[in-house]
Amino acid sequence: MSGFIGKKIGMTSIFITEGASVKHVACTLIQADPCVVTQVKRTLNEDGTRKDGYNALQLAAGERKEKNVTKPMLGHFKKANTTPKFKIVEFKTFDTTYDLGAEITVQEVFQEGDFVDVIGISKGKGFQGVVKRHGFSGVGGQTHGQHNRQRHPGSIGACSYPSRVFKGIRMAGRTGNQRVKIQNLKVLKVIPEKNLLVISGSIPGAKNSFVILEK
Amino acid sequence: MIQAEIQNLLEPTLQEKKASFPEFKAGDTIIVHVKIREGNKERIQQFKGTVIQRRNSSSLGETFTVRKVSNGVGVERIFPILSPNIDKIELVRKGLVRRARLYYLRGKSGKAARIKEKKS
Repeated sequence: MSGFIGKKIGMTSIFITEGASVKHVACTLIQADPCVVTQVKRTLNEDGTRKDGYNALQLAAGERKEKNVTKPMLGHFKKANTTPKFKIVEFKTFDTTYDLGAEITVQEVFQEGDFVDVIGISKGKGFQGVVKRHGFSGVGGQTHGQHNRQRHPGSIGACSYPSRVFKGIRMAGRTGNQRVKIQNLKVLKVIPEKNLLVISGSIPGAKNSFVILEK
Repeated sequence: MIQAEIQNLLEPTLQEKKASFPEFKAGDTIIVHVKIREGNKERIQQFKGTVIQRRNSSSLGETFTVRKVSNGVGVERIFPILSPNIDKIELVRKGLVRRARLYYLRGKSGKAARIKEKKS
């Protein structure tokens, strides 16, 4: 597995020529500036003693003002010989090995035609009812004596048995603002000069939010 | 970032490509030169008709609809203006119409479906 950190720019559409046909495809642009390796985790030390217990690579991206970073974190970035970063993500079992402080560019990790998983924080929707939150279909009809309950959940506690509400029954509540992973999105283009990544379809999150890409 | 900036970031030449087409409006008669690929061969087909609408004309996602009557059957084709399949657009005749979307032409035929020419 390998991965990268990017920033969602926004959506647009692109024409793709596939043999005889031209497809008009919706796509998302991701700003993927070079990431810095801030920590290399290894199972064992060179002398065979236990180090971290697993292999991983910690990447960091996005600039952050020095006054907004805690002292322990400043020390962490100093070790990697880099400026303070905004987002830090650990990727387990990275395909290629890198040294501490190395800069990774997007074209080293992703090529055109790869399939990637994209992780982001979805847009917060606030307190929403069951129709929007869980895809309930609502009551259905508006006639036959129905009024004021078109989008209600219906019965939640049945009859004399169980005469209570089971744990985990889906109800209204805070929606969105969650970590969401979308799998198998195709990389349509990699533009190294601008550090841009073009991915087919939509990805979770608002514009300018950080997204994690995995392969 | 607004939509045009995003599109510009991806393909900066598209704005110029759009500007390179002649100015046409609903009611005008145009010829669209469409590239058609058959196997490895590519040829150009002409589609001549009346423009009945231009949608999202300020954006790069613009489409326009061309209507013609072929063998007594009405045919409408919708083209994305930046489609790589469009080779060229020719303006044949300017029409004098009072609306932006000429859906009323669909219900008319023959003499009733005529459009006056705009003389400048």
